[in-house]
Order: sequence, then structure tokens, then C-alpha cells
Amino acid sequence: MTITLIADAPVDVDTEGFLTNSEQWNEQIAEAIAKANGIAELTDRHWLVVRFMRDRYLTTGSAPSIRSLGKESGVPVKELYQLFPKGPAKLAAKIGGIPKPKGCI
Amino acid sequence: MSRKQIVILGGGTGGTMVANRLRRRFDLDAAEIHVVDRDDRHVYQPGLLFVPFGLAHVEEIVRPRRRQLRSGVVFHENEVAEARIARDEVLLEDGTVLPYDALVVASGVRLQPEETEGMTGPGWNERVFTFYDAEGADALHGALERFDGGRLVVNIADMPIKCPVAPIEFAFLADWYLRERGVRARSEVVLATPLDGCFTKPIASEHLTYLLGEKEIELVTEFSAGEIDGVNGKLVSYDGREVDFDLLVTVPVHSGAAYVERSPGLGDALGFVPTDKHTLQTPAKANVFALGDATDLPTSKAGSVTHFEAEVLTENIARYFADEELEAGYDGHANCFIETGFHKALLIDFNYETEPLPGHFPTPIGLPLLRESRLNHLGKLLFQPIYWHVLLPGRDLPGLGSAMPTAGKKRTLSTPAQGARR
Ligand SMILES: Cc1cc2nc3c(=O)[nH]c(=O)nc-3n(C[C@H](O)[C@H](O)[C@H](O)COP(=O)(O)OP(=O)(O)OC[C@H]3O[C@@H](n4cnc5c(N)ncnc54)[C@H](O)[C@@H]3O)c2cc1C
Repeated sequence: MTITLIADAPVDVDTEGFLTNSEQWNEQIAEAIAKANGIAELTDRHWLVVRFMRDRYLTTGSAPSIRSLGKESGVPVKELYQLFPKGPAKLAAKIGGIPKPKGCI
Repeated sequence: MSRKQIVILGGGTGGTMVANRLRRRFDLDAAEIHVVDRDDRHVYQPGLLFVPFGLAHVEEIVRPRRRQLRSGVVFHENEVAEARIARDEVLLEDGTVLPYDALVVASGVRLQPEETEGMTGPGWNERVFTFYDAEGADALHGALERFDGGRLVVNIADMPIKCPVAPIEFAFLADWYLRERGVRARSEVVLATPLDGCFTKPIASEHLTYLLGEKEIELVTEFSAGEIDGVNGKLVSYDGREVDFDLLVTVPVHSGAAYVERSPGLGDALGFVPTDKHTLQTPAKANVFALGDATDLPTSKAGSVTHFEAEVLTENIARYFADEELEAGYDGHANCFIETGFHKALLIDFNYETEPLPGHFPTPIGLPLLRESRLNHLGKLLFQPIYWHVLLPGRDLPGLGSAMPTAGKKRTLSTPAQGARR
């Protein structure tokens, strides 16, 4: 674990750049992470997904998979991939300041 | 203690094991045990892997469910319509209402090929197959016999799936099968997976990726199947990547049983049942327990997992009735033989905390772990009689208790508290 500066704030991140302490997160940090990952601007649709992921993590201790994200957030899977190219669940988690989703076993 | 009513939903691997264990545990006048399943065909699912290659036939791996249940277990051949957990009763499709003191959810998963665009469209069961159910495995057998070279693509539509090693095993066996038939030189074998490696656990994934390379099987990772074009032979990911195929072997999206979604408070968005990792009680209600593929537990969906869980779950139902504290006895233990072709297999063994390690199982002179061997292949074959005659009846297998053994492992990481075992 290392400490790094994102949007002028020192935050703890893992080797892949996921925040390890979700309390250090704020909206400026989200925007900075989004930019660094190829999303120039976070639209309302992005925010809807990011907030959904974050809320879910904070209330249940784990982030949803892409499929349940598609079912529950109201944003269809296809659109999730347009909003967050490559790995929507991973990227939305990163932007939302929560740990990397554990994936499946 | 008045006579208890126990209702078990699903008469597959987990439901059968739990029913038989409970039947032995309780006298007839202490508990009435009901098992509900929609049909009377119990499939030995690990055998499905061999059907497409002509190494097993469907009739050899199917037996009547009723006959696997001890006498004194009541079997209902019926569809579960709804579990009304607030009222401690289950509604069956024919209108029967089964009240219970304890409920066991053992209804496994539901395959949903229709969830992926185009999967069940033109080409389904002609060029696009699954071996995850008996009909599919049988149809694929015919297609493989006719396969005369080209691109054979194995794809996992989405995680979670049961037996996450089965698609890798399928690719290994396909390589072997095509070589035996002399068409491997004009064939390509591809494994496309949504994972970032071929398997979910890093050390085992590394070993398996090495084997894939050795067998010249192409691995495509982080590939989430969005659409299948069975006419033109194209598999397209959500992020627009394309994989061409002549024959597609797919593992469709898995969800929990449909009635779970109709039962308020029981399941999550995908129909899996949130379950305590160690006691197998559900947070939905104290008298509702779950095991096997139906749960949301962070371990593999596998028969071995279900078997280890059955032991803990039986104990905990007895404790629940006796008003005692539940045993936090399940440690996530999973144990899988991975068939690698050419009469060899490798074995992996892991739990919530410890990933699959090299060494031997269960002790330093046992079966080799994470290494191909003929002995492991024999172990895999021997599993079918063991399944019918030892595991389903709920007998204990020496050396194969629910807690993961560590004696033969090369590098023992932390093991969780395993609770007081009997
Ligand atoms: C191809 C393949 C290979 C595999 N290989 C291995 C292996 O090598 N090793 C291993 O350990 N595991 C393996 N598995 C996994 C293993 O078979 C499962 O994990 C195991 O059977 C799970 O048991 P279960 O009781 O949870 O579910 P199941 O055995 O599937 O039983 C669920 C039952 O519930 C019934 N049901 C569901 N909904 C309803 C309803 N509404 N009404 C009435 N009945 C209902 C179903 O009919 C079914 O009989 C493999 C699976 C497949 C598909």
C-alpha cells in the first residue's frame, strides 16, 4: 500500500490505484481518477453508477458485479460498457473510491 | 421436542446429502423430512464434461432421485412456486402448502442462455452449444463427431458459474479429442473468459495458463460476451471485440432458481441466497439455511463444496432445534480434479483463506496437488461411484472431512479457526 496525491489530497491506494480507505474519497478525486483513466468528463449517468457502487459497498461491504449493477442501477450493461470502457465494475469502483471488486471464485 | 418439519428445496447434490444426513440424525418420530424437486432425474453433473467426447453417455450418469433418498424421506415431484419465509411455509406449483420448522434451500442454479443476445437464436444447438445440461451435452457430442477442423471456441458468458474449472477442462479435452481424431492440425482451440486469467485463483491460474500454452490453446481474457451471431459465427464482447468461431461451446449466464426471486426477502438481484459463510444460516430468517450453488458464498460452486457444507448444515439444524449456538464450521473448503486430457488430471484444494497450493492431498503421501498425473485422472473417474454410494447417502469419507487439510501442502498460509470438529 502506498500514499499518493490525487487532486491535491493524500490518499492510500493499492498497487492498481484503488483507494483502500473509502473515507478519503471526494468528488474532485473521482474526477481526477476518471480523467487518468480516459473519461474526460463524468456525466450524470456516470455519477449514477459511481454513487450506486459506492453506496452498495458502504452499506453491504462488497461492490456488485456488472450483471447485478445492470439489473439494479437502472443502467443497462451495454451502456455501462459505453460509459466505462473495458471493465465497468472495476473502473466505477476505482472512481468511486472503493476497493477493487473481488470478482468471482 | 415435538415432531419437527424439515423442508428441503431441491433434490440434487446438496438436497439429497442433507436429507439423508438428517434422516440418520433424527428418529422418524422426531422429524419429518420433505424433499421437493421438479423431476426425478438426478444427474451426476461432473459426468457431463465427458458426454460430448463420447467418454460417457447420458443414461450412465442419470439415476432416479427417489432412489437416492433414504426411506423415511418424503419426495415431492413438483415445482417450487414460492418460499413464504414470513409464514414458515412453501407453496408448490400444484397448490400444496408445506409448513416447516426449518427450511433448506438447495435449489442450485438456473442456466439462462436467453440472457445473452443471440445465444438461443439461429445456430443454437447447431453451431452454438452448452455442455452444462444433459440435452446440450448430448447434442454437442454429435456436433463434435462431425467437426472436421476450424475454430472451436469455449466461452464463459459471465461469472459466477458452477465448477469454474469445467470450461478449462473442456478445452483440454477438446485438444486431446481433436488430436486423437487427427484434425488438431487444422483446428484452433480458443478459451474466451470474462476473468483476467483462466481461473479465479492466481497460483492455480498460473499453472493452468502454462498448460493451456503447452497445448496450444489460445486464451482470450476480460472478454464479456455481449452478443452471439450463430449464423456468421461471431462472438462479440460488450466492448466491441470479436472472436470468430465455427463451433461455439458456451457456458450460459447462471442465476438462482426463479422462485427465489418471487420469495420476498430470500435472494439477491441474481436470485442467489445470501448465506452466512461459516454457519450456512441465512440472514433472511433463523430457520432458513442454504447450501450448494444456490448461495452467494465466496467459494467455488462445486459438488465438493456442497458436500463439505452438508456436514456443517446438518449439525446446525440439529443445534438450531436444540436451541444451541450454531457451529461456525464451514471454512470455504473446495476440492476439484481438473481433467487435462491424455488420461491425466490435476487436483486443487483450497478454502476461503488459502489458495490452491502445490504439495500432496490430504497428507504428504497422497495425491499430487497442482500437477498433472494419471493417479488424479483415476481419482476423477472413481468419483462417480463414490458420489452415488458414499457422498449422496451421507456417509463420511475418511480423509475428506469438511475442514481443509494442510498436512501435505507445500506452503501453508493462514488457516481460519475451524471450530470444534467432532
Ligand atoms: C459440466 C459440469 C461439471 C462439473 N464438474 C464438477 C466436478 O468435477 N467436481 C465438483 O465438485 N463439482 C462439479 N460440478 C458442479 C456440481 O455438479 C454442482 O456444484 C453441484 O451439483 C451443486 O449441488 P446443488 O445441490 O447446489 O445443486 P444441484 O445438484 O444442481 O440441485 C439443484 C436441484 O434443485 C432443483 N430445483 C431448482 N429449482 C427448483 C424449483 N423451482 N422447483 C423444484 N426443484 C427445483 C433442480 O431440479 C435440481 O435438481 C460440475 C457441474 C457441471 C455442470
